[in-house]
Amino acid sequence: MSMMQTFRRRIGARALASLPALLGVIVFTFVLMRVLPGDPAVYFASGPNAGQAEIDGLRHKMGLDRPMPIQLAHYVAGIMTGDLGNSLTTGQPVMHDIQARLPASLELTLTALGLSLLLSLPLGIVSAWYANSRWDQCIRTLCTICFCIPPFVSAIFLIYVFYYIFGLVPDPTGRINIFTPLPHDITGFLLVDFLLTGDPAGWREAAGQLLLPAVTMALFVLSPLTRMTRASLLTVMNSDFIRTARAMGLPTWRIVTVYALRNALSPILTTIGIVFSTMLGANVLVEKVFSWPGVASYALDALVASDYAPVQGFILLMAILFIMVNLLVDILQGLVDPRVSME
Amino acid sequence: MPSLTARWMSPAARFFSHSPTTGIAAGATLMLAFLALTAPWISPYDPLASDVPHALQAPGPHHWFGTDELGRDVLSRVLAAGRLDLAIAVSAVGLSLAAGVTVGCFCGYLGGRLDRLVGRVVDVLTAFPLFVLAMALVAALGNSVENLIYATAIINFPFYIRVARAEVAARRHLGWVEAAHLSGNSTPRIVISFLLPNILPTVAIQASLNLGWAILNAAGLSFLGLGITVPTPEWGVMVANGAHFMSSGRWWLVLFPGSVLMLTILCFNLLGDGLRDLLDPRTRT
Repeated sequence: MSMMQTFRRRIGARALASLPALLGVIVFTFVLMRVLPGDPAVYFASGPNAGQAEIDGLRHKMGLDRPMPIQLAHYVAGIMTGDLGNSLTTGQPVMHDIQARLPASLELTLTALGLSLLLSLPLGIVSAWYANSRWDQCIRTLCTICFCIPPFVSAIFLIYVFYYIFGLVPDPTGRINIFTPLPHDITGFLLVDFLLTGDPAGWREAAGQLLLPAVTMALFVLSPLTRMTRASLLTVMNSDFIRTARAMGLPTWRIVTVYALRNALSPILTTIGIVFSTMLGANVLVEKVFSWPGVASYALDALVASDYAPVQGFILLMAILFIMVNLLVDILQGLVDPRVSME
Repeated sequence: MPSLTARWMSPAARFFSHSPTTGIAAGATLMLAFLALTAPWISPYDPLASDVPHALQAPGPHHWFGTDELGRDVLSRVLAAGRLDLAIAVSAVGLSLAAGVTVGCFCGYLGGRLDRLVGRVVDVLTAFPLFVLAMALVAALGNSVENLIYATAIINFPFYIRVARAEVAARRHLGWVEAAHLSGNSTPRIVISFLLPNILPTVAIQASLNLGWAILNAAGLSFLGLGITVPTPEWGVMVANGAHFMSSGRWWLVLFPGSVLMLTILCFNLLGDGLRDLLDPRTRT
């Protein structure tokens, strides 16, 4: 069997193996949301004095008076056709709301991941190359401290310093100033759309709004990435082929970037997968502080209002994203180190 | 018994002189624990008593950390919050440790299909955005301190199963475990009396690293308005409340609870890292 086929089969098997996990998440969130103490029918009735008849009517309309297994079956059947139910607070289908808000969350998370990689890879390389030196110690201390600052605390201080004191960034609420004309919606990612429509002023504005939340999240995950880069590089640097490369007189930067880093990439990729999952969680806090119109703040608002469907949809979305990221990491692992797919 | 004491002390003393950070972290952790335990007696004011004429005062000789919008003393509130947050973290970690280690030990020792299933579930759970899960749990259970503890305990639970399971599985075919089995010890006895004491150091390190994470989660949930709510003093709630006054330059309402929260997490993490190096210097990163 050719290598490509083995590779494809492995990815297929992985995708199939994640289906039970997905089903588990669906059932879990469904049950969890049904044991919520608040009764949404009471919440959405006309007022505290709503009659029992009105509440019962609402319960019937929402399907809450049917037995649990039937409600679950309806829910699963709905998911298959892309129907996640309706949000009672926005009055829109959950699928529509999520589609409208997902790009904001993804833009934030991906920018933060990019920033964090831009910082942590060089830091990890310096740390490993000059292991146990003063530079190494400084970098490790910095990482330990960053890891201990809760994102909601660092976010507030970044706002205080860069907005209130120095005024370097625009008002840190939302994705864009409400008076700025939005670009034509092509991808939903504001930075990309502004670029595509050729609007440098709008791009700068959106980038300014994105900067602080992205930095907040990047700092939070700086530590695991830098630590793993350092540890993984250190293991590789002690191997024979690096010693040979040094003995052959190759320049240092070439040894590190071409030979060592490439061989150290596999554990770093695994860590990126874990970090992405952490960021999906931290998103809730960061979106709340910056009033970012993403899926996490949508779910949080719904949670407070005992609105089941958006929360279910959000958790399901998180599970799907998380499974997709793991699959992607798997594929990249196979490309970086072909031995992985031969197992 | 001086020789015994010296023999017990010397590796620890050697270690602390080799790694002063761990010593400082250990000292600071003890200090935090002391402050939390004695908070009701050492705090200068009642953390809930409002004093509106003296609202929003900057830190000064009367109020070292300033006062909030109702004139409540921030220092007293930070102390009271520390007591609550540490109690939440310790109870949550204690709960998940007890449950997780029990499940993990038996799975690791018995092996088989159930063990493989538990392993798969744990692998999926530990990689899932657990903060999101905790949010949903607190919302489902209702806003209260106990429910915040249960939610934090549940999201920590899989980590202990994983540690205990791996440590027990690595030992279950060792000579002394088989000897214990052959001399007629029952399975619970082998697990509890023989295997458990052997894996405790590893579990203790996990717990120390976990305490920081538990506080981070509890404060994060409270910050979002889930779990603990106003007027109860809690670091996350205080930060959320103080954030409204940052725009008018009242930095002390966020700075003090925020930095104490950060220092506490830092202490637990440094202590956990140090203990891990002490136990197994090879895992140092």
